[in-house]
Amino acid sequence: MKLKGKVFKYGANVDTDVIIPARYLNVSEPEELANHCMEDIDAEFISKVQPGDIIMGTTNFGCGSSREHAPLAIKTAGVSCVIAKSFARIFMRNSINIGLPLLECEEAVEKTVAGDILEVELASGEIVNSTKNLVFHAKPYPVFMLELVSAGGLVEYTKRKIANEGK
Amino acid sequence: MTIAEKILAAHSGKDAVSPGEFISAKVDVVLSNDITAPIAIREFKRIGVKNVFDPKKVIMLSDHFVPNKDIHSAEQAKILREFAREQGIVYFEVGQMGIEHVLLPEQGLVVPGDVIIGADSHTCTYGAVGAFATGMGSTDIASAMATGEIWMKVPPTIKFVFHGKAQKWVSGKDFILHTIGDIGVDGALYSAMEFTGPSIDKLSMDGRFTMANMAVEAGAKAGLFRVDKKTEAYLQNRAKRPYTVYEADKDAEYAQVIEYDAASIEPQVAFPHLPSNTKPISQVGNVKIDQSIIGSCTNGRIEDLKIAADILQWQRVNENVRCIIIPGTQEVYLEAMRRGYIEIFIRAGAAVSTPTCGPCLGGHMGVLAEGERSISTTNRNFVGRMGSTKSEVYLSNPAIAAASAILGRIASPDEIKN
Ligand code: SF4
Repeated sequence: MKLKGKVFKYGANVDTDVIIPARYLNVSEPEELANHCMEDIDAEFISKVQPGDIIMGTTNFGCGSSREHAPLAIKTAGVSCVIAKSFARIFMRNSINIGLPLLECEEAVEKTVAGDILEVELASGEIVNSTKNLVFHAKPYPVFMLELVSAGGLVEYTKRKIANEGK
Repeated sequence: MTIAEKILAAHSGKDAVSPGEFISAKVDVVLSNDITAPIAIREFKRIGVKNVFDPKKVIMLSDHFVPNKDIHSAEQAKILREFAREQGIVYFEVGQMGIEHVLLPEQGLVVPGDVIIGADSHTCTYGAVGAFATGMGSTDIASAMATGEIWMKVPPTIKFVFHGKAQKWVSGKDFILHTIGDIGVDGALYSAMEFTGPSIDKLSMDGRFTMANMAVEAGAKAGLFRVDKKTEAYLQNRAKRPYTVYEADKDAEYAQVIEYDAASIEPQVAFPHLPSNTKPISQVGNVKIDQSIIGSCTNGRIEDLKIAADILQWQRVNENVRCIIIPGTQEVYLEAMRRGYIEIFIRAGAAVSTPTCGPCLGGHMGVLAEGERSISTTNRNFVGRMGSTKSEVYLSNPAIAAASAILGRIASPDEIKN
């Protein structure tokens, strides 16, 4: 699967409170959550984001709460993947579980600026910055996580597991 | 093996596990709340099984926006309540409810050697009783409710050793803030933190809960303590199940060992907007406040209220400050009443609330306006955490929060004249 989009770039420790503020957590519909995605760090994000666009952070992206609402809001806003130097662990789990691809790549983060166009090949982890004509390589997913991702997320994976055990 | 590795090995049917290994672990408790359960229930239904794997091991409660603050949150709470009734799982209603991470240990629902997962990042609190407890998301909870198992990557363990005698007013909160200030908000990313040493042996159970609670603020997967006499005494007459105690091997391998001299740690204040942005109280300077919050899953236990009551007795909350005190559970509330703390708080001019997360996440009961500043015994001070994105949250222990409420600026209790 090839992803392509414009980069929205943020700094270190982008936390789940700015990705989706707690004041909006009294609902759980993905569309309503998406309307407030990134609101407290970038009020214009939601009016500017186009399907396929890419969010980029530096270190510890998604730290803070365990709210799955955070990757859900990002995914529903149309973002195709998030690229960072490192991710907070619950955010990483949640994203993989719901099928929002994450890529860890220091070099891509260092050499990309907001507004650049990236093309991402998930299976190989290749990231092409077509604005700057640069190619980067993200850390590949561990085999187990790849299984989860290719199953279509944890719900599908669990369904299969239960079906297999029932046999 | 470390404590964490031993618990994970035992729950995945293996003799040994090592960091980096993917395992499928059996879970003893699966927890979710009014924010995370509605999504977990939706995903559980998508998986297509009828019943949860074991109703005694699934716990749900509403604590963030309850008693319900608006129609939306009432709808969320209703989803939980109905699911809980239909499935016969463990459930706490308003009136019995407390903040989950204060309530579960108090009710003896989490015990040493457990693997506990909760759709709440502060699930790591239960490491204080020697359990491997970690926060996950709603879909993880859905899958675990269906199967009783969860996928996990075995974390490396970082050991933190505290030596020496703690200074006056220094509590578990200061130990953990100092630690996070030292290693940073991703200093223990993906790792388990193990807290040991002579100063930890002396620390109360309430102090240990506070420390384990904030392990996630250093990016950790879990924060663990050894089970000792204090833990056993705490569990007596409380633990609802028999349990197994796991000790770290003498030759256990740690990713890192970090030692602190507890005697040199002053009470800490974390400045906006990161828990790692800490300063010792002597270097805080003149920081005026509009609000002081004492409560939350970090510091809403009886020892915390005792410290606040000792400082607020015969004092008045500053006329420019709203002081809001929130006991963590009904039992903490009752005990505070018996001991006369609630009267002290009200006479001092503080507002006392029924247990709820409330202002900790900017939900209700003390949301901040633009330009306002709060000292708070909670665990996060991210941008907008307690309300307006232009407000500020400073984190501290209950002694500092109580003294600050009296003086109208962030202050040490040593400045209060009785
Ligand atoms: S008190 Fe605060 S940190 Fe604790 S569970 Fe509630 S919202 Fe989360």
